[in-house]
Amino acid sequence: MPHDHPHPHNKPLSDVELRVKALESILTEKKLIDPDAIDLIVDTYETKIGPRNGARVVAKAWSDPSYKDRLLSDATAAIGELGFSGVQGEDMVVVENTDDVHNIVVCTLCSCYPWPTLGLPPVWYKAAPYRAKVVKDPRGVLEEFGVNLPEETEIRVWDSNAELRYLVLPKRPQGTDGMSEAELAEIVTRDAMIGTDVLAAH
Amino acid sequence: MNGIHDLGGMDGLGPVNPAKHEPCFKEEWERRMFGLFVSCFAGGHYNVDEFRHAIERMDPAHYLETSYYEHWLQSLETLLTEKGVVTQEELDQRKKHIAMEDV
Repeated sequence: MPHDHPHPHNKPLSDVELRVKALESILTEKKLIDPDAIDLIVDTYETKIGPRNGARVVAKAWSDPSYKDRLLSDATAAIGELGFSGVQGEDMVVVENTDDVHNIVVCTLCSCYPWPTLGLPPVWYKAAPYRAKVVKDPRGVLEEFGVNLPEETEIRVWDSNAELRYLVLPKRPQGTDGMSEAELAEIVTRDAMIGTDVLAAH
Repeated sequence: MNGIHDLGGMDGLGPVNPAKHEPCFKEEWERRMFGLFVSCFAGGHYNVDEFRHAIERMDPAHYLETSYYEHWLQSLETLLTEKGVVTQEELDQRKKHIAMEDV
């Protein structure tokens, strides 16, 4: 049995840690997986695929009206133009925030999320409280994120599923008229593209 | 089908507690778990619907008590043993062995 992953021996491995190690060790032995490939996969999602991709989509939509039209009519193809296609982003819908409508995305059943544009979902998105509450009390949830919308704003909650993933096109903040597409991409937050953040004026 | 995973509208689950900044994976085992899921999926051992269904088959109390990547671990163990890729005995023995070496 190889013991080639040095770790500080100050507390014994937890049951969960042991189960994961056992599984990886047996699957490696059976040559069904390659531990080096796992390192590569993990690195890709930790460092290469993330919300900066989605921010570039949003910035382009703010800067280029014809791109925005394409994005709202066929998001999968428009996002594909920028190269952010792939697993867990096969069928995309982009919903636009306006003065009258604010959109929020959830996956009540599990954790469906557009990986190619936003990366892996945050813990709160996958956890029970958000999934349970946002469909019933979206304003209350938004308050937990420090967002207070006017009474008259309509809130639409979109429940993602295995086949279809949503991305929110946030409202372009005031005071950003002179900004380049690259500068705009810098101010777009992950939560704004989930709908739990509203971008502040600049 | 109804199940504990169908959480929409359920009351009393506490605050959302959004973290301002959090790492992609909190612990090393979560990192390995994610890679194992992708590798075994790429290896054709299950499809995503089977994987999700195996999570939905979890005991309801256990589902609510355990973290996200524990759900993944449970699902992977369930599917790989059901499909005969590994046996529960192999997993148990290897766990014991690793625990003994971890001193």
